[in-house]
Amino acid sequence: MGFQEAVEVIGIYSPGQGREIYATIYWEKNLKRHFALGALLTFALTLPSHGDEFNAARSMMMEEVLADTAATSSYSGRTALDPRVAAAMSKVERHRFVPGALAASAYLNRPLPIGYGQTISQPFIVALMTDLMHVKAGDRVLEIGTGSGYQAAILAEIANSVYSIEIIEPLGKQAGERLESLGYRNVKTRVGDGYYGWPEASPFDAIIVTAAASHVPPPLLKQLKPGGRMVIPLGAQFMTQYLMLVEKQPDGSVTTRQILPVRFVPLTGGH
Amino acid sequence: MPSRPPFIAIGLLSVCVLAYEVLLTRLFSITLWHHFAYLIISAAMLGYGASGTALTLLKENIAANFGRIYVISAAVLAVLMPLAFMLAQQIQFNPLELLWDKSQLYGLFAVYLLMMLPFFCAGLGVGLVFAHFGKQASRIYACDILGAGTGSLGIIAVLFLVPPQQALTALSATALLAAAIAVVELKMQPKRLMEFFLAMAALAAVAIPDMPLRPSPYKDLSQTLNIAGAHVVEELNSPLGQITVVENNRVPLRHAPGMSLNATSEPPPQLGVFVDGDGPAALTRFDGRFEALAYLDQLTSALPYHLVKQPRVLVLGAGAGSDVLQALYHGSAAVDAVELDRNVIDLMRHRFRDYAGNLYGQRGVHVYKAEARGFVNASDERYGLIQLALLDSFGTASAGLYGLSENYLYTVEALQTYLGHLAPDGMLTITRWLSLPPRDALKLFATVVAALERNGVTDPAARLVMIRGWKTVTLLVKNSAFTAGEIAATKEFCRSRFFDLAYYPGMLAGEENRYNLLQQPYFYDGAVALLSPQRQDFIDRYKFYIEPATDDRPHFFRFFKWDSAAELFALREQGGMPLLDWGYPLLVATLAQSLAASVALILAPLAWSRCRRTLPSASVALYFLAIGFAFMFMEIAFIQKFVLLLAHPLYAVAVVLCAFLIFAAVGSWLAGHWQRADKVTLAVIAIGMLSLLYIVMLPSLFQALMHWPDAAKILFSVGLIAPLAMCMGVPFPAGMMRLAAANGQTIPWAWALNGFASVIGAVLATLLAVHLGFAAVILLAVLIYAIACAALGRFS
Repeated sequence: MGFQEAVEVIGIYSPGQGREIYATIYWEKNLKRHFALGALLTFALTLPSHGDEFNAARSMMMEEVLADTAATSSYSGRTALDPRVAAAMSKVERHRFVPGALAASAYLNRPLPIGYGQTISQPFIVALMTDLMHVKAGDRVLEIGTGSGYQAAILAEIANSVYSIEIIEPLGKQAGERLESLGYRNVKTRVGDGYYGWPEASPFDAIIVTAAASHVPPPLLKQLKPGGRMVIPLGAQFMTQYLMLVEKQPDGSVTTRQILPVRFVPLTGGH
Repeated sequence: MPSRPPFIAIGLLSVCVLAYEVLLTRLFSITLWHHFAYLIISAAMLGYGASGTALTLLKENIAANFGRIYVISAAVLAVLMPLAFMLAQQIQFNPLELLWDKSQLYGLFAVYLLMMLPFFCAGLGVGLVFAHFGKQASRIYACDILGAGTGSLGIIAVLFLVPPQQALTALSATALLAAAIAVVELKMQPKRLMEFFLAMAALAAVAIPDMPLRPSPYKDLSQTLNIAGAHVVEELNSPLGQITVVENNRVPLRHAPGMSLNATSEPPPQLGVFVDGDGPAALTRFDGRFEALAYLDQLTSALPYHLVKQPRVLVLGAGAGSDVLQALYHGSAAVDAVELDRNVIDLMRHRFRDYAGNLYGQRGVHVYKAEARGFVNASDERYGLIQLALLDSFGTASAGLYGLSENYLYTVEALQTYLGHLAPDGMLTITRWLSLPPRDALKLFATVVAALERNGVTDPAARLVMIRGWKTVTLLVKNSAFTAGEIAATKEFCRSRFFDLAYYPGMLAGEENRYNLLQQPYFYDGAVALLSPQRQDFIDRYKFYIEPATDDRPHFFRFFKWDSAAELFALREQGGMPLLDWGYPLLVATLAQSLAASVALILAPLAWSRCRRTLPSASVALYFLAIGFAFMFMEIAFIQKFVLLLAHPLYAVAVVLCAFLIFAAVGSWLAGHWQRADKVTLAVIAIGMLSLLYIVMLPSLFQALMHWPDAAKILFSVGLIAPLAMCMGVPFPAGMMRLAAANGQTIPWAWALNGFASVIGAVLATLLAVHLGFAAVILLAVLIYAIACAALGRFS
């Protein structure tokens, strides 16, 4: 595809076309392997004058996320998405956290690859996980598995400080730089082993472990405040099978909740 | 013009093609998740079919240059074998994204078409020789088939010696050698061509570096190697799999699946052991101090050791020894460890002997290189505890990656065998990953109940205990009723580790869901339902397929049900994606693609050519379609069925392909010399009788012979398939001869229709086997042969 055609594609994105834009962006993802075009699109679309298209796409995404949350409320134990989470998701520019070639797909309600075999979670799952953490202003939050940095950015919009550790070096560095350039001064990132948490900054009000782990590292449980909550998504890349919520009681004992992120009853209604 | 066909070159070419077909299943296991045998066989058939069509259309144009084109096709094959796979690796086909992103379907299609190309090239070469030396067809056929047999079995031997990438280079060298020999055999000029190809062959064999394999970045090994500090310390190859050992001193592997949240200890340093990039299994450092292994008591799988004191333990699928270590930690009297792959045992005994604290040389530990079921079957021992190791990784299991794989360790018959080798109060213990909503745990429960009943146990409910943590489920099956003391010990075990009771005899509703809270007590409700008289009703109404797995339908990891597919698909953006196994939709997609590709490449070109004037009659079309389908149904069903006897899919693919090819060829040859008019009818009757005999006989025969050495089992398998394959070789040439006598102009159509049916048949057979079982697929094949027989009667 030449430059002229690429500009024509970009030209389709005019502000205020609601679903049509969304559909166009959806169609656009099929072109994602055309890296050159993707880079061009990113360049063109991230110019201030094109910010509106992304805003429109983001509000579409939020509509979907809110609808999904309402539909699964009985499963997550939440009747509606915490307004703070909704506000954060409406604000954070997800397209800045995905590879350039996928920017046009950034607001689809689906996980996307971010390189190194890692993914940025589906927006709905991000919303649900953040919601389950019950993060408040003034909280101190630990994240194991920075990935793209998107989840950390969402948390940073709500909490006082976010500490995030990534195990994959290049990914951790990229995310750190990205968060810094986007002005998230309350996020501290580090590349390395997340098993022992971030003892200097502990205890934490909430912890999220998005890195695959065969077990919950005991040091992390220790660094969780009594009354604090830990969220762990379980499954393969692209496939969050269920969420585990660990609640540390004031007396230090622990209960977990296995939460299916979808409204689904495995047994059809009786006779 | 030479008067002698290039016999040696033909043989070598066939060696390459069949070896390549088997090798591809190995390569796909490493780079993706599944062996994809059905996809590769279908692609091979497509290549052959398309080459037949191309030959029909271009025959006259290329007859003059026959020698040159033949040599070129051999040389191109040499290039295409590695190139097609290399390009296929470049296509970033990610099955995990299949349901999110429709463009993945194009990736799959591109892989399929690429894999077809080498077979197209080889088909063109062999077909040219047949067309040119028609009168010597039977001798050409003999060389062709001899080569095919050698190739499919020989590659297994080669894979014991060199890694699969190197085998691929060796195949290229062989194809170039075939080109060089063809130059001599066809007396082509200039003679320097021969030297050129020989030099190229030598160059390929010696100088070309092995192609790097690019496993999917989402495979466990790729993910582990991305972690800062990870590096490979050992890699071993055999036909059974590529074993990779990974060390990471910076971010150590700490594998303690589903460890209790009440545990304070962490695992000692470990190495990760991966098979074909799946895993890891932990190779734990053991310095003789058991205190460092306290984490082994914090897993759900430790439960049986709190109920049976110092048992004699049998670990099936011992691998790098985690379960053996757990048994020793709990003071087991003796441990018999069974492992299929000799490479893994050697690693434990030599390379990592000191690291593992000489685990496999400890007093009381006996390691056997054997297939699990065969070993148990042949054993006279009675064990206090039989443990089936958790071999698959959490990620692959939760994504439904094994949905199409046959697995003979978790079938009713397998469980019956294990239960039959328990001491009077012994226990069988199986740990599975927790999936939500429950899938494998309940399927396993249902399978165990069926096995107990088939063993004549009248009180299965009294013999089962199931507990669950936050990530694993452990099921215990006792050889007698659980005692009150054992139940009390189970409760205490769970209480102190924050695990939940899922089922025990006499459990009351409300006792489950204490520590790991579920929306509903799915596991308890499921267990109770599966023990009640309404069991079948529950299984039928459950939205996942949890019907007990059997040797006839050994797809333990298939949970897909058409009834719930639409509901699940609609929920995919609301977090429901992992509820759909990708394996099944992939199979359906492959079927659609093979249909499209074979119509486009085999049938359509004929329909557009002058051949459209010589369309076959309905009965001719039916006949050649039917025998194509029936042959593939039989072959695919036998491949999957023989995995049980031969213990590994690769062995099954190689041996069954080899036997079917060679003996079908023998049958064809005999049929050519057999002057009876009703020979097809007789052959079909024989096929029917043999099939029925095998359906009845094979299960018990396999049970009895499973423990034989590999070489004996391979010979026996070939012997079993031989008579059936010989009969199956009769209909094709008999039909061709009949056609030649009556209406020779429709022969291209007969070839094409037969090829078309073979392409679809390979995929369709796999799909049908998942639903109906192997016996049904074999019976269906017999039925289709009968239809063919009827069609033959109306030929003229």
